[in-house]
Amino acid sequence: MTHPPRKTAIYLTMAAALMLTILPLPEWAAPYRPEWLALVVLYWTMALPKVVNIASAWVLGIIMDLLTGSLLGQHALGLIVLSLITIHLHQQLRNFPIWQQSLVIAIIIAIYLGLILWIEGLQGRAPDTWLYWAPVLSSLLLWPWIFVLLREIRRQYVTGSRH
Amino acid sequence: MKKPLFLLGPNTNLKFLFFAVFSVVLMLLNQYAPWMKTVRSGLSTLVHPIQVLVDSPVRGTSWAAENLKTRRQLLEDNRKIHEQNRRLHTRLLQQQALEAENERLRELLHSSRRLPQSFIAARLLAVDMNPFRQEVAIDKGSRDGITVGMAFVDANGVMGQVIRVHPFHSDGMLISDPAHALPIQVLRNGLRSIAVGTGRTDGLSLLYLPVNADIQEGDTLVTSGLGRRFPPDYPVAIVETVERKPGAPFATIKAYPLAALDRSREILLVSYSTDNTDSNATEPSPDIEPRESQPNP
Repeated sequence: MTHPPRKTAIYLTMAAALMLTILPLPEWAAPYRPEWLALVVLYWTMALPKVVNIASAWVLGIIMDLLTGSLLGQHALGLIVLSLITIHLHQQLRNFPIWQQSLVIAIIIAIYLGLILWIEGLQGRAPDTWLYWAPVLSSLLLWPWIFVLLREIRRQYVTGSRH
Repeated sequence: MKKPLFLLGPNTNLKFLFFAVFSVVLMLLNQYAPWMKTVRSGLSTLVHPIQVLVDSPVRGTSWAAENLKTRRQLLEDNRKIHEQNRRLHTRLLQQQALEAENERLRELLHSSRRLPQSFIAARLLAVDMNPFRQEVAIDKGSRDGITVGMAFVDANGVMGQVIRVHPFHSDGMLISDPAHALPIQVLRNGLRSIAVGTGRTDGLSLLYLPVNADIQEGDTLVTSGLGRRFPPDYPVAIVETVERKPGAPFATIKAYPLAALDRSREILLVSYSTDNTDSNATEPSPDIEPRESQPNP
């Protein structure tokens, strides 16, 4: 029997993702910033949908809204949609080879970004450049590394039965 | 051990629906309900430690750079600053005479008095917000007397204005944000226009100037004070290109901001009361520190 997952490590990875989201980057690199928080939420929802799901995605979205100065609820809505899609696909996602997994994840992130773009558009502040979609590419390239890293963290600190 | 095939029942969809509706309600409240601002600033304060943590390496290095200076460097800096202070002070002496003269002339013309201004020094936090908006985080908040609408400037020109205030920090919008418009005038002839951000820190564009307007490359633009947010006569930008197409009703004019919008970390917040009954004039404090990058002859 496995013991209940320890959540501290999960919270730490989420805090790291939030910090990476606001870490200052040079102006040319800022549009390419990977969607750190979305990737971390995706991984944990896929791996432990009982622990990280809609509610935690929503709370993280609200924190992100506060940190980036966007409309309160905007990223929260985006992240719960992302979380819902991942919950419904998590059994398949776990069994996909890594490249196929990356592609599906890029599509989910594109949906998430599209939803946020739509809400920004409703406020009349949509960025009119293709660079808006650059995080889809950078997140796609980053996913295999994030996946391996978070899997190790999960095995070592979250669900591992060894002490 | 038996593992259920479906870990999560239909309550996931219900939960999603609940949170989705809640998010939409929150967004609407954030957009239209004024009391939501208070709630938001409270919540922002809760997550402020994350910003402070991200900012801390930058703060740490500047602290280290200050503390690891040699005695000779310090003496050298001190000498330079003293010299600069003396020079600025002399200029201020003349300015006081000019101010008095200006006041007398204004009284002769029965025109209104100039409004008092006061300054608060602050620092921009080294955090990125939305890459497609030109917004910054300021390390002082309502506790230090910051209010929404205060303008902030660096040593060279106007940078932006405060858009959200929280107890310990606040958020500002730079003049280069596409949603920002700044009433300006040409220093040379008083021609008025509006400078709108382009989304890039190196460009502003001027609106509604006809093709035959008297404006040329190299003109200095200053705030006109007409928007009642920005105090008048602060330098804003220099005209870079003027494009006059005979067929178009308006000229296409680009200007580059004088303030180092993407580099300055030390800022001054200018509080500018448009309330004429306010008589306790605050003198512009003489201890405005000029930036070190200013030419030192």
